[in-house]
Amino acid sequence: MDLVLHVWRQPGPDAEGRMVRYDAPGIDPDMSFLEMLDVVNERLQTDGEEPIVFDHDCREGICGTCGMMINGVAHGPQGGTTVCQLHMRHFSDGDEVRIEPWRSAAFPVLKDLMVDRSAFDRIIQAGGYISVNTGSAPDANEVLVPKASAELAFEAAACIGCGACVAQCPNGAAHLFTAAKVSHLGLLPQGQPERRIRVERMVAQMEAEAFGSCTNHQECEIVCPKEISIDYIARMNRDFLGTKLRGQIQAKAG
Amino acid sequence: MQLNAKIPKGPIANKWDRHRFELKLVNPANKRSFDIIVVGTGLAGGSAAASLAELGYDVKAFCFQDSPRRAHSIAAQGGINAAKNYQNDGDSVFRLFYDTVKGGDYRSREANVHRLAELSLNIIDQCAAQGVPFAREYGGTLDNRSFGGAQVSRTFYARGQTGQQLLLGAYQALARQIAAGKVTMYPRCEMLDLVLVDGRARGIITRDLVTGGIERHAADAVVLATGGYSNVFFLSTNAKGSNATAIWRAHRRGALFANPCFTQIHPTCIPVSGEHQSKLTLMSESLRNDGRIWVPVTADDARPPGEIPEEERDYFLERKYPAFGNLVPRDVASRNAKDVCDEGRGVGPGGLGVYLDFADAIQRVGRDTIEARYGNLFEMYEKITGEDPYNAPMRIYPALHYTMGGLWVDYNLMTNIEGLYAIGEANFSDHGANRLGASALMQGLADGYFILPYTIGDYLARHMGDRVDTSHPAFEAVESEVQARVDSLLAVGGSRTVDSFHRELGALLWNRCGMAREESGLKEALEQIPRLRAEFWRDVTVLGSGDSINQALEKAGRVADFLELAELMCRDALGRAESCGGHFRIENQTAEGEALRDDENFSHVSAWEHRGDGEEAVEHREPLEFEYVKLTQRSYK
Repeated sequence: MDLVLHVWRQPGPDAEGRMVRYDAPGIDPDMSFLEMLDVVNERLQTDGEEPIVFDHDCREGICGTCGMMINGVAHGPQGGTTVCQLHMRHFSDGDEVRIEPWRSAAFPVLKDLMVDRSAFDRIIQAGGYISVNTGSAPDANEVLVPKASAELAFEAAACIGCGACVAQCPNGAAHLFTAAKVSHLGLLPQGQPERRIRVERMVAQMEAEAFGSCTNHQECEIVCPKEISIDYIARMNRDFLGTKLRGQIQAKAG
Repeated sequence: MQLNAKIPKGPIANKWDRHRFELKLVNPANKRSFDIIVVGTGLAGGSAAASLAELGYDVKAFCFQDSPRRAHSIAAQGGINAAKNYQNDGDSVFRLFYDTVKGGDYRSREANVHRLAELSLNIIDQCAAQGVPFAREYGGTLDNRSFGGAQVSRTFYARGQTGQQLLLGAYQALARQIAAGKVTMYPRCEMLDLVLVDGRARGIITRDLVTGGIERHAADAVVLATGGYSNVFFLSTNAKGSNATAIWRAHRRGALFANPCFTQIHPTCIPVSGEHQSKLTLMSESLRNDGRIWVPVTADDARPPGEIPEEERDYFLERKYPAFGNLVPRDVASRNAKDVCDEGRGVGPGGLGVYLDFADAIQRVGRDTIEARYGNLFEMYEKITGEDPYNAPMRIYPALHYTMGGLWVDYNLMTNIEGLYAIGEANFSDHGANRLGASALMQGLADGYFILPYTIGDYLARHMGDRVDTSHPAFEAVESEVQARVDSLLAVGGSRTVDSFHRELGALLWNRCGMAREESGLKEALEQIPRLRAEFWRDVTVLGSGDSINQALEKAGRVADFLELAELMCRDALGRAESCGGHFRIENQTAEGEALRDDENFSHVSAWEHRGDGEEAVEHREPLEFEYVKLTQRSYK
């Protein structure tokens, strides 16, 4: 099939960007979207033009490195799919495809389609862990975890940190990402000792970054390649409010 | 050069315990006066950096990805082995040790493997405590499955995402230390060379992949946890960025490279769909627990699978290996798939595929059970191929997946360069000539959480107060070499893209040094590779500049190193005139077509020394001695 691409090109973080039109003829439906871009890049280089820069690594939908807006939708038209797993059979001959980087003030563009997502790392650093030094763990079967909790925790832990939730959100909120980690650890018995301080710190860091507020648009859930439910956001909010209220009550009592 | 593996004396079950006692300790107050560089943040590097920082060392960690959470360990699906014997089915440390040495076709060190089996117990405890959401039974205990041909259920798993969940555990431990100020993290930063001072590893030269800045970093020890080199084949299951540059640069500075020809082909990958293919996707071999592998009995049978009657199907693994059937080890399953395709009985485009059929399993246990077991894999297959594996059999073909070879290390995981360590897939240590399923995660975490943090202290304790900083002339010299290399890649100004060279190299290696190797092919490859390398340096095109993000430049440096490593792999494969594990020499097989080892002449590690450009590498041998495991011809009949 023959496609026409409109791709965001931006030479650097502070440079002006613009949409550039490229023809992409002879695309095989079995190609992945990124392989289609590879083919375009090979031709650009042969013609003496610098290739389109985009982040990617595992190309099997698990590392969370890739991501771009395709016709305004994070990771493109197929639900539950990262762009590396999106295949060209979902497009038709003659389609025009608009390709842009993640849209968010908290994810500044570095070059072309590549953005800086270090804000996510800082949210995890604020408390997205269980403090257990190497060597101090009890036998793994000593702490029993109800199967249902384990499953619910797993579904939250499936987050790959790609940033699609933020990119799609009209407010640029990072609530789904943050809630997934808060819930993963907060649902497990091992995560209880730090449950309150964790949610407090992670939410504070989320708010310190340039992310927006959550106003329940639910678009994050729709584009999440791991189909993580916004129920976890409700869970995080409950944990957060509970922690705050408890703090106020204790302050009064003290 | 005399290779000293420094294996402790005494009975095998006591070696590690005794060794830990004999290792020198660094006083807690002195730990913060040591800086340690860790390159790579996968399971090995991430767990090492976090554990070292917890102990009090100052750590600088580097990764080329935008976040340490993305290292390729994340893609491991199936699980992690541990000899917990929670299933009461007769597992033990000794059994895991024995299986691993046997599975590696007797080309690994007994003492290392025994230690690995011992530490497997601690790993599961540590990961569960970190909140890794392992699969559970209804009673809340951990679930296990049998995996990759093991006859006990010792594999712990988290659906099809075990690698991701274990990596997130290590990443979160690392994040905690970054927040505590004990680890300085350098993401999007690639190591391009190693700096030695008086023969000891004292630092690295890196390129900041965002600004293009070439930078110096000094430390008291350098740890390479940069993974394997499967991407030398261009098409592999590794992430696109996985590369050999760190270990290859270290090799060029004097670190011995051990068993480079020991590469592993994974049998259950999705076949190539066309010329555009950029990487191959692995599906967990747990699929072989329920799927039956077959091809048509007759060659060039173009009928769709549903129209081929039962008696015209050849379930070749079940036929040839009645005891193990579809669960034979990876190398055996892969080679047999290649053989039937070579006979013209392969299926799918290009005839490079065999069926993996779940029809019987679905009939036996129901679609829901199969979905619960493999749902995510079936979904992945459908996304990539557009075919529904619930209704038609999957097509699979082997692909490069893991490299058992790597930098030579002693029992302390130190290379022959003082102060330079290699951990995880980057070293050669524990898997011999073939790695068992669910053992890569185990080794990465054993090295990072439980071995290196002890052994590195022994080295550091002997070098108290002996500091070097980046103003040392050695840093200046290496930095200018790195800069010159970057400049020369940009200056070639040829006509061919980096990828076109990489593809050509990959095809050449796959044909000559892939699933089956023979003398004539290897000799041809040894002539072709230097020619291709020369053409690369004459005709490659790398556009843009070095002072900003330039992905073509990054790739060019990595491919230039692959073009050197490929030659060493072929030289090693040529020298090892026996078949063992993943290394199958056509000249060395039994009458039944099985790999034929030659223990008399090849029961050793081949460790190669770089002697300069244009000079042949020199082989050093570390003999392997087996006290506890009886060497037998592997048989899965």
